[in-house]
Amino acid sequence: MAIWEVTSRLSDLPDFMFPSFTQVMATLFSGLISGQILVAIGASLSRLLIGFTIASILGLVLGYLIWRYKLVEDTLGFLVTALQSIPSIVWFPLAIIWFGLNDFAILFIVTLGATWTMIVNATSGFKNVPILYQRVAKSLGSSGIHFLRTVILPASVPQLISGLRIAWAFSWRALMAGELLGAGVGLGQLLEAGRALGQMDLVISVMIIIGVIGTIMDNVLFLRLERNVERKWGIRT
Amino acid sequence: MYLSIKGIEKSFPHKERGTVKVLDKIDLEVEKGQFVSIVGPSGCGKSTMLYLIAGLEKADQGTISINGKTVTGSGSDRVVVFQEAGLFPWLTVLDNVTYGLLLKKIPKKEAEQKAIEMLKMVHLGNYIHSYPHQLSGGMKQRVSIARALVMEPDILLMDEPFAALDEQTRMVLHKELLDIWRKTKVTIFFITHNIREAVLLSQKIVVFATRPGKIKAVFTSKDSKDGVVPSDVTLQLEKQILAELQDEIEKVLKEEMGDDYSFKTNSVSRDTSGDMGSHI
Ligand SMILES: Nc1ncnc2c1ncn2[C@@H]1O[C@H](COP(=O)(O)OP(=O)(O)OP(=O)(O)O)[C@@H](O)[C@H]1O
Ligand SMILES: [Mg+2]
Repeated sequence: MAIWEVTSRLSDLPDFMFPSFTQVMATLFSGLISGQILVAIGASLSRLLIGFTIASILGLVLGYLIWRYKLVEDTLGFLVTALQSIPSIVWFPLAIIWFGLNDFAILFIVTLGATWTMIVNATSGFKNVPILYQRVAKSLGSSGIHFLRTVILPASVPQLISGLRIAWAFSWRALMAGELLGAGVGLGQLLEAGRALGQMDLVISVMIIIGVIGTIMDNVLFLRLERNVERKWGIRT
Repeated sequence: MYLSIKGIEKSFPHKERGTVKVLDKIDLEVEKGQFVSIVGPSGCGKSTMLYLIAGLEKADQGTISINGKTVTGSGSDRVVVFQEAGLFPWLTVLDNVTYGLLLKKIPKKEAEQKAIEMLKMVHLGNYIHSYPHQLSGGMKQRVSIARALVMEPDILLMDEPFAALDEQTRMVLHKELLDIWRKTKVTIFFITHNIREAVLLSQKIVVFATRPGKIKAVFTSKDSKDGVVPSDVTLQLEKQILAELQDEIEKVLKEEMGDDYSFKTNSVSRDTSGDMGSHI
């Protein structure tokens, strides 16, 4: 930070291109206090939450169908592996044509970004449920929905969590890309506004926020979730 | 007859040979409340037979019926104790044991009471709130036995339940199993590698031949047992069973080690524990 401060003050670049650390911090604080940044954070996170929830549900349902039915595995399962390799931002032009340049288009690519990974992880999670657990449950009289709820789902929790973690990373990136190109409020839009107005201090403030949110989600939320399960199950102590 | 097994045949798909016949024309009758043991070389289809009775696998041919009703799927009237404990790692010991009871729509309070009682019986009263990974292998197996017994099944299907336990725990559990069996009159279908265990516990011992699995011989043994001390009678029976098994063991070894291998001896004494099968 000191280096940043010094190089910025000594460099020939004007302030709006290479703002100093103190300047960025000042913008960050005033942005947070005035609510401009907070509103953007709220908008971005709510998009992410909605997209992520839809993706998780879709992933679980389709993952279940692929696991359960050979026909679905041969068709949809194959398709998913192919589609998975397309970065979800590539869908944006299509999304704009379908939904227009609005929240829906962004939500669409955010959801898509997480869905493939969730499907793949849910499928392999279900497939890897030890046959012993399945036999135990059946022998004790479990079947149908109860069997899914009390054996298949909990037994694949570790894999589902790591799926969530990867899916989160994908949809977070998709969200930023989508917002940058898209419309409405959001962190990506704020970045774009900062660029358009030549406010580099705002751009860097938003970048810091993005980094902080990413780190919190990944290291605090998902890692902790993973550790908790591992500790409880005794996978790793 | 209570448990009636008629003309059971079962094949599994095999990579090189297409299919492999695992069970061939199995006929077996078991009376209500009988303690039956199955011994036989590794891979002869004992577990498969047990899964068929449990309704966890489907036979290609033949029928299994209990009290005249044909078995079509799994049900909590027949509970399995597997060779590995198979406790759910996401549930506490107590929740593992109440799992089946709650499925039977027994109220939670009552289910927990029953589970705790049963866990005390297998000497795990202090571990009800532990998670499975905090228990030793033997303790886990005792939980899995408690989980099965608490269901009060009509038929208890046990697949080498004590194989992984130390000698002392095994002896304690032998005694407890016999106590429970006498008290509840549950029908027990018990798979073991240990001839002595079979002889000390059961009233009827079925020897399986291998490739494909067939019934080779059936022995019956006197009723009163304490499950611990061998007598002249049980030793004699052990010898007879071992003699029957030797052919089969030789067959397996020849297949695995080449034709010139010979295992057959005329003396039984070289294996004093009678734990023939575990060397296969
Ligand atoms: N699901 C399956 N698919 C293919 N082959 C199987 C399957 N289950 C069992 N087999 C085969 O069937 C044969 C009998 O298996 P099974 O587990 O019944 O033997 P076992 O008598 O219980 O042996 P052990 O004493 O070692 O437990 C084995 O050769 C095994 O490879
Ligand atoms: Mg077996």
